Amino acid sequence: MVKRVLAIILILITGYWLANALAQVPFGADKMLVGKYYLENVKEQTGAVNAVTAVVVNYRGLDTLGEVTVLFIAATGVAALLWRKKRERTAKSEGSVVLQTGSKLLLPFIMLFGAYIFIHGHLTPGGGFPGGATIATAFLMLYLAFREYEIPHNVFEPLEGLAGMGYVAVGLIGLIIGGYFLFDWIWQTWQLGHANIGRLFSAGFIPIIYTLIGLKVGTELTGIVDNMVKEPKEGGQ
Amino acid sequence: MISAYYFGAISLILIGLYAVLTKRNLLKILVGLSIMETGVNLLLISVGYVSGRTAPILTEGATPQTTVDPIPQALVLTAIVIGVATTALALTVAMNLYEKYKTLDIEKIRGLRG
Repeated sequence: MVKRVLAIILILITGYWLANALAQVPFGADKMLVGKYYLENVKEQTGAVNAVTAVVVNYRGLDTLGEVTVLFIAATGVAALLWRKKRERTAKSEGSVVLQTGSKLLLPFIMLFGAYIFIHGHLTPGGGFPGGATIATAFLMLYLAFREYEIPHNVFEPLEGLAGMGYVAVGLIGLIIGGYFLFDWIWQTWQLGHANIGRLFSAGFIPIIYTLIGLKVGTELTGIVDNMVKEPKEGGQ
Repeated sequence: MISAYYFGAISLILIGLYAVLTKRNLLKILVGLSIMETGVNLLLISVGYVSGRTAPILTEGATPQTTVDPIPQALVLTAIVIGVATTALALTVAMNLYEKYKTLDIEKIRGLRG
């Protein structure tokens, strides 16, 4: 009881302090400094229409590389912490017929929509991470509906590594051609797609990198799900 | 007078902090951490809002003068993914702890007793 009262007092003090600080930041006012530069130059410099994905992949590409690394380390950590010799699905019953048939019907649509999200990252809201999460959702659905389902590990784990290496390779090609890591060589050196800004074949390497990120995130989140739904065999250890 | 978005974001952070400070169940602490993450993301996004403007996607009609700041959105995109990654890792640790101690009460788990 004392603990709760103390916690509430501490929280109220913190809240007052935070609110006081935020009162200095006017809500809804134009506070853009660097953002203005990005918005004004995004079309000529990167070819992307979606300014957020241009910032994420092009202007601040190292952030995204670090983010992909964090996700990779998390997936590896989950696999390492849950590593056992004998682990298998322990669900007692199959999903109902409606659930199984419905997930079979929905599967291609979810996969297609996930691919659409990451391929059109430079034109519409979305990008590699939402698209990858959508694809992982499709596999999660299969895991929930079918008791015996398991992803093809010999396809998924190499694909995850290859997608990550592909991202670094695209950056290294930029280092060779343009002088710095993640230089957008397709847009600035080859000048591909300069005529059709706002269509699918534009924006330099953003669609390529987002396709790689989408595959990587999709396979990684599916791997995390796969590790978490398995339990050590009864009486095993 | 503070804006409703700032107030909501700060409230979410504080609710998460309360759960982390007072709850004894490990899963409830993780729920609190997730709520805190959501609050931080909402705060970042609302700092970048400019009243009356649309999303920073420069298709037909939208010009740099009619869109909001793209940078907080890019930062939050990164923060969400890192939040999911840390939550997955923490849940795995919770699964391992339950297998070993058969309880999720942090005051009963040996070695974590304060």
